[in-house]
Amino acid sequence: MRQLNRILEGFGSTLQLLFRSLSFLPTLPRQFGRFIEQCYLIGYTTLPIVAILSFFIGSVLALQAGYSMQNFGAKQFIGSLVGLSMARELGPVMVAILLAGRVGSAITAELASMKVYQEIDALETMNIPPARMLVMPRLVAILVMMPVLTIIADLVGWFGGAMVSKYTGFIAIDPPAYFAALRRFMTFEDVLNGLIKAEFFGFGIVLVCCNIGLNTRGGPREIGAAVTRAVVTSLILILVLDYFVTKALMN
Amino acid sequence: MTPTPNTTRSPFSDTETAAVAVTVAELSKSFGKTEVLKKVSFNVEPGEIFVLMGPSGSGKSVLLKHVVGLEIPTSGKVTVDGLDATSEKTRQQVRMALVFQAGALFNSMSVYDNLALYLREHRLANEAGIRAKVMRALQILSLEGAVKKFPSELSGGMKKRVAIARALVMEPQLMMYDEPTSELDPVMGATISEIIATLKEQYHVTTIVVSHDRELALNIADRVGILMGGELIFIGPPSELRSPKSPRIDDFLNPKIDLKNPRFKQLET
Repeated sequence: MRQLNRILEGFGSTLQLLFRSLSFLPTLPRQFGRFIEQCYLIGYTTLPIVAILSFFIGSVLALQAGYSMQNFGAKQFIGSLVGLSMARELGPVMVAILLAGRVGSAITAELASMKVYQEIDALETMNIPPARMLVMPRLVAILVMMPVLTIIADLVGWFGGAMVSKYTGFIAIDPPAYFAALRRFMTFEDVLNGLIKAEFFGFGIVLVCCNIGLNTRGGPREIGAAVTRAVVTSLILILVLDYFVTKALMN
Repeated sequence: MTPTPNTTRSPFSDTETAAVAVTVAELSKSFGKTEVLKKVSFNVEPGEIFVLMGPSGSGKSVLLKHVVGLEIPTSGKVTVDGLDATSEKTRQQVRMALVFQAGALFNSMSVYDNLALYLREHRLANEAGIRAKVMRALQILSLEGAVKKFPSELSGGMKKRVAIARALVMEPQLMMYDEPTSELDPVMGATISEIIATLKEQYHVTTIVVSHDRELALNIADRVGILMGGELIFIGPPSELRSPKSPRIDDFLNPKIDLKNPRFKQLET
């Protein structure tokens, strides 16, 4: 019962934070510096690890597909399989999971330590709402950077699949044939689908991590606990949202 | 130029605004089942220094947080300049500054940016105007050398002075200090007391100080309140504390170290 109470409380405070932050959207032009800084932290610094991870996801997809398809001569469809899986599912989800671990944890740690060391209280007494200065720029930054990261993940993943298809002995499909298959069964809508999902994931992660950070109570030990809670909540959120958004987009 | 009574003078210009009064009426606060404040009532007159003393855990800091509106009373009311302290509007109309116990400086910003933040966020001046105000505030507290430093590079006493400077930039009508002299050596403690008294003398700012520093209370307070166990057990001028009548207050202000019958072995609570 107490657990349920806490979940509902978290849900409520997250929504509250969402509306408060959105109400400060008009202040974006004069907080442009903060927005750019967050784009850099969220997007640019995450790029290398996103590239490495999606390259290998694409590679292993091609490898597994080639292995199981070689028996019934469907190897020429590897391109479509890698392409569709990356664009519709693995690209957005892998980027989101990376983001939860790398960016979400950093956001919670920063805000939680600001809360514990009374910096948030100091902002409140100075009549500067934390939602305006700390949350809103991050939410806008993630909305801008999430599609960029996802498109890069998709492209690198496809490229990884192509490399493996060419150089693995039992597959041996040249890149032109691979990309022709990729294009044949995939539409722009598939990619767009993935990007919409990615936006939901990214926005949800940043909002939840900000809220958990800002609601930290107690001493420095609580900072670590808050980070753990933020990452776990984000991961659950990603997978739950994934199902429902995917289902909604199919209609 | 001495300010006329009942007005607060800005440290940065000759403008004067009405000094504010604070009223705490029957304030009670509970956290879960623990009652931290029990029907506390007192007034702070415009332009006076009110020092709130009491042992650790007696609810002093919690009381201060009610005045700035960071905590919501369980019952009772706090008004600042006649306005309800819990309302966000009060914070917009009355300039209140709280100097936190640990300073609460923004660790990711330099001293300059810490001071400039308030002015920038509320667009109160252009960059040149901000620079002038920040440097003036630093100069008042003899901190010009620290302008480019980060909070982690400052000593405890300097952090407190920067926190006071940051509060000063807000041109506060009401200044509040939470344990301004704790964790400082006696000389630095005296320095901070001098700063608090000087700011009040020169700018006529209504001041509330939460502290258990006896020297500070006896030397700079206009009136002192003593909070024990969530109740206000004394309120009056500091001269009355030099020879306190109540044994409880006497023991708090002049504790004798008694090795034969130590306090920690007496069964309390």
